[in-house]
Amino acid sequence: MTEWLGPEEWQAVRLSLKVSATAVAASLPLGLLCAFALARGRFPGRHLLNGLVHLPLILPPVVTGYLLLLAFSRQGPVGALLEPWGLSVAFRWTGAALAAAIMAFPLMVRPMRLAFEAVDPGLEQAAATLGASKLRVFATVTLPLALPGVVAGAILAFAKAMGEFGATITFVSNIPGETRTIPTAIYAFLQMPGGEPAALRLVAVSVALAMAALLASEWLSRRIARRVAA
Amino acid sequence: MIRVEIRKRLGEFALDAAFDAPPGVTALFGKSGSGKTSLINAVAGLLRPDAGHIEIDGTVLFDAERRVDLPTHRRRVGYVFQDARLFPHMSVAKNLAYGGRHDRERVIEMLGIGDLLDRRPAALSGGERQRVAIGRALMADPRLLLLDEPLSALDAERKAEILPWLERLRDEAGLPIFYVSHAASEVARLATTVVVMEKGRVTRAGAVAEVLSDPAAVGTIGAQEAGAVVTARIAGLDRIDGLTELALSGGRIVLPGKLGRIGTHLRLRISAQDVILSRDKPQGLSALNVLQAEVTAVDEGPEGVAVGLACGRDRLLARVTRRSARALRLEPGLPVWAIVKASAVAPQDVGGAV
Repeated sequence: MTEWLGPEEWQAVRLSLKVSATAVAASLPLGLLCAFALARGRFPGRHLLNGLVHLPLILPPVVTGYLLLLAFSRQGPVGALLEPWGLSVAFRWTGAALAAAIMAFPLMVRPMRLAFEAVDPGLEQAAATLGASKLRVFATVTLPLALPGVVAGAILAFAKAMGEFGATITFVSNIPGETRTIPTAIYAFLQMPGGEPAALRLVAVSVALAMAALLASEWLSRRIARRVAA
Repeated sequence: MIRVEIRKRLGEFALDAAFDAPPGVTALFGKSGSGKTSLINAVAGLLRPDAGHIEIDGTVLFDAERRVDLPTHRRRVGYVFQDARLFPHMSVAKNLAYGGRHDRERVIEMLGIGDLLDRRPAALSGGERQRVAIGRALMADPRLLLLDEPLSALDAERKAEILPWLERLRDEAGLPIFYVSHAASEVARLATTVVVMEKGRVTRAGAVAEVLSDPAAVGTIGAQEAGAVVTARIAGLDRIDGLTELALSGGRIVLPGKLGRIGTHLRLRISAQDVILSRDKPQGLSALNVLQAEVTAVDEGPEGVAVGLACGRDRLLARVTRRSARALRLEPGLPVWAIVKASAVAPQDVGGAV
């Protein structure tokens, strides 16, 4: 396997997997919260939140990347706060994960929100009359019944994070071993004389990973849906 | 004692209801849209009233002035919904245990659901689902049980299947129950107290026998549904003709079928439209059931005249046309003969011992 891919290419694949997995894992709690709030919440600013969640889908990725750069660079308002704690993300793989998480967020929230909306609120009421607190209702009724949608959202977000390019390259540049993920590596190889075979190999890996994610999502969703509805 | 007193505006509709419920089954009776379900939702904490007070045996669940509003999950009010609302992703056993394991074995035995424990809700019939929903509510050890038309989604056969379980629940669980219904026959069979609701207001409240046999209540109950509830003792059985002789306080009537053992008591519903009145003692009639009675009230409504009758200590209700009322010169104090058709008491309206 390692002989099939060159060391630089292999590094890009490993980094992409790490960045995407981190992005999904770190944004999952917030994604669940946003999806649930949008599905069930009746609060002022609900439309604003909805717009904010969807913004990265509509903005040019380069704009999102530049805004991140302004906020998280060492002199930026957020970056200056993180710097003394050693938590700076500028030009680091964690920055790539942040960019990927933000770009993938709308795709994560949407299926989750639809899944939460599809859960009958009557079942939640029934659970409350049986003595279950709001948290227990969510954990034992709402979340299990919405699980197919939650899994679909997470996998979709993972696939999107794997392919993120514009915001990543703008925000954290294209540093081999640190921020050079599969898409930015393909871009770099294409800029290099004789880099085309390496680029093609990464393209093949991309297609394979995307297909695998899609199939896994389908299979998982079906399996969970069967278990939930049986 | 349960005290309910609430006001709530829901768009054009205004709920403004107050009543006290003694122990036993309290039927909330009224047409659909009369506010019955909103009322029990407020008791369960699923609907927040604008004003009022709700308490069960001294425990305040809601009080607008004192700013008490116990959340649903801390009210210990069991709720059996019209559509059962079992959790589809859990087995029957897990559904039952969701709210607790209070009296588990007895509840399972009482409702006859022991064979269903491993099944999923999707594999249950409508009647089985309702029984599991009742069991689930009981195992959470509630202070009060709310039943929202638990039979309305079922066909006649399933209704007949589940009614005996509800009677057992009433007689064995010793738990106050609010039973929402728009069917007078169910109310007559199960309830001890009736609260009649109309357009969000309580128009009548009292003991079943009193309210259902009150001519003035016919308008709200509905002419088709009106009818008195009486308690009768089984005085004799005619095995050859397959008849049961019942002793009422004011006479005897005979019904087809073997309805129980001699000496036991039955609750009967006698529909108002199945009672015929006569000034003279009828002779040579095929109907076997003739009772001597006295007119106590005459209430003229848009759909005819409702006549209240005293027959011994029992109260009966009859419905006649305006023309007949004039021809018979019906007025309070008039002695009459009431002819009750033998088929008048439908089998599903014959309740167990009271």
